[in-house]
Amino acid sequence: MVTSPMADMRNSGPKMTARHVNVFYGEKQAIQDVSIDVELDEVTAFIGPSGCGKSTFLRTLNRMNDTVPGARVEGTITLDGEDIYASDMDVVQLRARVGMVFQKPNPFPKSIYENVAYGPRIHGLASGKAELDQIVEKSLRRAGLWDEVKDRLHDSGTALSGGQQQRLCIGRAIAVEPEVILMDEPCSALDPIATARIEELILDLRGNYAIVIVTHNMQQAARVSQRTAFFHLGRLVEQGPTTEIFTNPREERTKDYITGRYG
Amino acid sequence: MASRAPTDWTSDAMRRRIARRYSAERRFKALGLLAILLSAGFLAFLLVSMAANGLRGFTRTEIALPIDFQRAALFVDPQALAMGNPDQVLASANLPAAIDKAAEEVFGKGGAHLLSAGAMKAVRDAIVADPAILAKKVTIAVPAAEGIDVAAKGKGSDADEARVARLERAGALSTGFNWPFLTSSDGTDPTVVGIWGALKGSLLTMGITLLLSFPVGVLAALYLEEYAPRNRWTDLIEVSINNLAAVPSIIFGLLGLAIFLNLMHLPRSAPIVGGLTLALMTMPVIVIAGRNAIKAVPPSIRDAALGIGASPVQVVFHHVLPLALPGILTGTIIGMARALGETAPLLMIGMRAFVASPPGGITDPATVLPVQIFLWSDEVGKGFIEKTSAAIIILLLFLLTMNSIAIYLRNKFERKW
Repeated sequence: MVTSPMADMRNSGPKMTARHVNVFYGEKQAIQDVSIDVELDEVTAFIGPSGCGKSTFLRTLNRMNDTVPGARVEGTITLDGEDIYASDMDVVQLRARVGMVFQKPNPFPKSIYENVAYGPRIHGLASGKAELDQIVEKSLRRAGLWDEVKDRLHDSGTALSGGQQQRLCIGRAIAVEPEVILMDEPCSALDPIATARIEELILDLRGNYAIVIVTHNMQQAARVSQRTAFFHLGRLVEQGPTTEIFTNPREERTKDYITGRYG
Repeated sequence: MASRAPTDWTSDAMRRRIARRYSAERRFKALGLLAILLSAGFLAFLLVSMAANGLRGFTRTEIALPIDFQRAALFVDPQALAMGNPDQVLASANLPAAIDKAAEEVFGKGGAHLLSAGAMKAVRDAIVADPAILAKKVTIAVPAAEGIDVAAKGKGSDADEARVARLERAGALSTGFNWPFLTSSDGTDPTVVGIWGALKGSLLTMGITLLLSFPVGVLAALYLEEYAPRNRWTDLIEVSINNLAAVPSIIFGLLGLAIFLNLMHLPRSAPIVGGLTLALMTMPVIVIAGRNAIKAVPPSIRDAALGIGASPVQVVFHHVLPLALPGILTGTIIGMARALGETAPLLMIGMRAFVASPPGGITDPATVLPVQIFLWSDEVGKGFIEKTSAAIIILLLFLLTMNSIAIYLRNKFERKW
């Protein structure tokens, strides 16, 4: 029996879909005709050489590109079947549902507690101080940071080490209970040990959130993701299960990139 | 290509180059030190000369004047004095005549001219403080006339010097702190003038300026940095604001005269008009400083807040503004300090009028510290020289206080990241 692909999208379809997406910065086209699905229970990795558009594409998924003057997006991107570029889509709510972790750890210059509590507070997710405390503890536990900071929640978030700061940023994103977490090269500013901790964390978080990670590091993509998409010069060259992409790529360019011939 | 010979680091040319480098370094350090010493020297000269002249303005020469109130037969009802308004009761009594008579009795003919116009106030205050003296013979220290005061401080005419010498022999001279200088207003006699009227005028004017220019300046800076699209219009606005900050202040005075007085018919010489005019002048300074401070907030903070779903207004007021506040405050204080020292635009709107009582509100005629300094420096009376310097000291103290508050606020709000 053939079922319509639209029929049950809300429950069983991909969490996010992108169809024929083009992104322009002024006259320059940064992304050409990208179509991809993001599944709820998977970690999706975007790999590709510098300037290939993977970060740009990631930022279209929660409309962070709106803040760039002259940026324009064509095509459709949906979250649970809803077009996120529709005129009735509230961008603020979208960004609460699709959280983001940035390349450089960017905690607010406030206390650790305030960093995590800020999101729930502005979205009215906690009805009182006790509930807010709970959210902060839960988020920091999930981010694997609780044991290190529980005695100094009121110290500045910027006094933490780089890796701790990045986990704080992940905790801050988790605190608003997003459905999707976008990570833009979250480990590029970290040392190998901090990187390993973030990778462990991503594996822990998998299943609770749909995770999309942009990375330069192919071993990292292989370690943490179930699905990989290879971008080159603004185009999506190839996508598929991570094991397949890394062991048996269909495209010559993918093979050259993952074997280190360029990039 | 021929291979190069290895560099000889010990050759004469190399040694000379090293020597030149060291002497250039020494020259640069010496010049820098010289520049610092020069500016410090000028500052020290300014402060020393101000202090030398001005500190004398805070003291006054007093003459011990014995008055026998019983013999003076003032028509004062002690009961009315205790109950009613003492000024009213004492006004009907012929106090000045009694003082003049007492002075002539003690110091001989012309003795009344030894006393300042403030003598009457000193006697009146003594009576109000203790009405019982009306039935006694008492000695009250009253301020000396301008000539005596100047002579006692060592710069008077020969005739006055002789009078001072005589008074000193009689043991009638003393020096006291000139409290009225801090509590009274402008006048014609340098022994009774005070700074309070101008100080209060300055405070009211600054208050209006701050209240207007700070919110408007900060909102303009925030809008231009965070919301306004980058196009020809915003470029034009930016250029205009930069030009506005460089416009000579007298032009702002003319603008204030044309708009606030001629068009809107606000009261002349009033702090409200002065404050409005200075606000026009201070606003561009705050906008420019504010924009620079806002620009310095790292974009990653905006990304972080947007990324967890803060609205643009929340991003601005929860994150950008608090981080930019130290810079904005510094700019504001610089603008306010400039406004505090400003004279020219206030002359245009009539704040150079002779105002003998402190302003009761923002619509009363008033003057401000720098204008008061300007007015006193114009007076011929010798006693005004030290009053001018004393007023400058007050103005500098005011500025110093403002800057200290600015530094305190900046350190309090400054965050490290």
